Amino acid sequence: MPTLTYRDALNQALREEMQRDGDVFILGEEVGVYQGAYKVSRGLLEEFGARRVVDTPIAELGFAGVGVGAAMVGLRPVVEFMTWNFALLALDQIVNSAAKLHYMSGGQVSCPIVFRGPNGSALQLAAQHSQAWDAWLAHIPGLKVVAPATPADAKGLLKSAIRDNNPVIVLEGEMLYNTKGEVPDGEHLVPIGSADVKRSGTDVTLVCHSKTVALALKAAEHLAGEHGVSAEVVDLRTLRPLDEVTLLASVTRTNRCVVIEEGWRHAGIGAQVVDVIQREAFDSLDAPVARVTQADVPMPYNKLLERAAKPSVEKIVAATRHVLYLD
Amino acid sequence: MATATVQPGTAAARGDLDRGLLRSMLLIRRFEEKAAEAYATGKIGGFCHLYIGQEAVAVGSIAALRQDDYLISSYREHGQALARGVSPTAVMAELYGKAAGTSKGKGGSMHLFDVSRHFMGGHGIVGGHIPLATGIAFAIKYRGGDQVCVCYFGEAAVNIGAFHEALNMASVWKLPVIFLCENNRYGMGTAFERVAAVTDVVEHACSYDMAAELVDGMDVHAVQRATERAVNRARGGGHPTLLEVRTYRFMGHSMSDPLHGVYRTKDEVEEQKRKDPITRLAAELQEAGVLDKDGLKALDVEVKAEVDAAVKFAEAAPDPEPSALESHVLAD
Repeated sequence: MPTLTYRDALNQALREEMQRDGDVFILGEEVGVYQGAYKVSRGLLEEFGARRVVDTPIAELGFAGVGVGAAMVGLRPVVEFMTWNFALLALDQIVNSAAKLHYMSGGQVSCPIVFRGPNGSALQLAAQHSQAWDAWLAHIPGLKVVAPATPADAKGLLKSAIRDNNPVIVLEGEMLYNTKGEVPDGEHLVPIGSADVKRSGTDVTLVCHSKTVALALKAAEHLAGEHGVSAEVVDLRTLRPLDEVTLLASVTRTNRCVVIEEGWRHAGIGAQVVDVIQREAFDSLDAPVARVTQADVPMPYNKLLERAAKPSVEKIVAATRHVLYLD
Repeated sequence: MATATVQPGTAAARGDLDRGLLRSMLLIRRFEEKAAEAYATGKIGGFCHLYIGQEAVAVGSIAALRQDDYLISSYREHGQALARGVSPTAVMAELYGKAAGTSKGKGGSMHLFDVSRHFMGGHGIVGGHIPLATGIAFAIKYRGGDQVCVCYFGEAAVNIGAFHEALNMASVWKLPVIFLCENNRYGMGTAFERVAAVTDVVEHACSYDMAAELVDGMDVHAVQRATERAVNRARGGGHPTLLEVRTYRFMGHSMSDPLHGVYRTKDEVEEQKRKDPITRLAAELQEAGVLDKDGLKALDVEVKAEVDAAVKFAEAAPDPEPSALESHVLAD
C-alpha cells in the first residue's frame, strides 16, 4: 500500500472525486493559482481548470453562501476555509443556511456540500489562529462532522463527505498535514459515523480524535511499557453522528475511560462522550471518567505557556493513572 | 369558457396580461388581509411579515421571468410565493403550520419553499440569502444554462456584509443574477437614512461595476420593464443588475408592530396609501377600457373566494404527525 502524507491523501480524495463527478468543484481562498494555503489542492487547477477550482475573494461569509446556493440546486461544492478560525465569519451560512435548509423546506431542498480546512491548535500562532471548533459545529443538527487522524481516514472520510447528500464538516488537523501513513489506492471510503479502535487494550479506554489520536497512542505505548497498563485507543473519527456502539463496547469491557480533545473543557466534545457513557454504561464504570482538554484560556503565544495549555502525552498518562487509582 | 384567440402584442393581449397582473396583486392583498385576521386570532403564530403595499414589486418582476428561472427571498416572501404561482392553499396551510403547507408546517411564514417552481425560500436572517442567490447563479453558469436568479431583499440588508460580498462575486464572475432591493424605507422601525451613509441603494452598484436601475415600485409596469431589462443583461450574457425598487409597506414591520408605530407618522402612511399600486393599475385599466367597475368588482369577488377557500383548507388541514418532528433533519 502506498505511503502518503495526510495532505496528499486529501488531495487524492479531491482529485478522484472530481474525476468521478463533474458536479464536484472547489471554492475558496488561494485554492487555485496559489495551490492551496496548505497545498491540499495542489495540481487541481491545472487538471480541472478555473471553472472547477475557483479562487475567491477573502469573504468567508460570501463564498460559503455561494457554495450553499450552488448546492441547493444540485452541485457538490467543496468549500475550503484557509483555517476554521476564519470560518467563524461564515457560521451564519453553515448553521442557518446549510444545516437547516432541508428541515425548514420540509425536505424539498438538500444541501450536499463539504466545508473543510485545518482546525485545532498549531505552533505559536496565538489566540486567534490556534483553536478547535469541534464542539461548536458538532452541536448543530443537520450537519455531519468528521475529524480524521490518519492519512487513510482523511482520504476515506473526505470521499464519503463529498458523496453525502448533507452538509459535512471536515476538520483537518493543522499539525497533521505532514504526517505519513499507508493509504489505499482508488476507491477507499470510510463511512461517516464509524469510530475506529486504533489500539486494542483491556484496562482503560482512551477516547480521542484528530491530532489527539497520536498523543493517545504514544500515551498507550508509555503506559504499557512503564506502568503495565493495557490501554485501548478509540478514535471517534466522526463527531456527529457519534458512534456510540463502538465507544460503549470498549468502555463496558475496560470499565474505565479518559476522553481527550484539543478543544476547551466547558461544553466540549468530551462532555458529550461522558454523557453517553454515564447514561448507557453507568454500571460498568469502576471510576469517574476523566478528561484531558486544552486549558480554559485563549491560546498563548509563548512556547512554554502554549505547551502548558495543550493536551499532552504526560497529561494523558496522568489522567489514565488517576482513573486506574494508581496514584 | 370559450374565448377567442388573442393575438400577442395587440391591445387585447396587453389587456389580458394587465388583468392578470391586477388579479395577482389583488390575490396577495386579500391573502395578506386574511393572514392578518388569522394572526390576530392566534391561528398563525411566530413572526408574520405582511406584503401589503409592496404587491407591484413581486408581481411586476415575476411577470418578467420564465418558469425555469430561480427566485429566492427574505422572510417577507408571501407575495413573491403567490405571484410565482405557489397555491394560496399551500401558503396559508404553511402559515397555519399544517402538514399540507409548502414546507410541511416546519417552516412557517418565513420559510416558504416550492422547488417545483424554483422558489428557493423564504430566509430569515437579514441579507443571509443574498450570497445563496449568487451561488444559484454560479450553478446556472457552471452548467451552461440560460436561466437567471432573482434575489429579493429589503433596503436594510444593504448594510450587511453579505450583500457586498455577494454583489462583488456576482460581478467578478459575471453571473446571471438580479439583486432586487425592495426599498420600503424602514428596517423594522429604523428609517434607512438614519443608518445608511449612502441612501440611494443603486449607488452601491458602482462599487461592484454593476448595472443598476432605480424603479418606481408602485408602478407594476415599471417594475416589469426594469426587470425585463435586467433579465436581458443576465440571460446568457451573465451580467448582474442591482435594482432598487422604491416601495412602501402599509402595515407594520410584522404583526407585532402597530400600523404606523412611533417611527413614522400616520400622515406619512396615509400619503403613501394614496399611491396604492393596486388602485393605480385598476384606474389605468378602467381608463383604457380593459376593465369596468363591475369587472373589477367581479375580479375581487373571485380572488376573495380563492383566499376564503385557502383559509377554509388551512383551518381543516391536519397538523403534522408527531413523527414529523425528526424527519428531514438529514437527507437520505
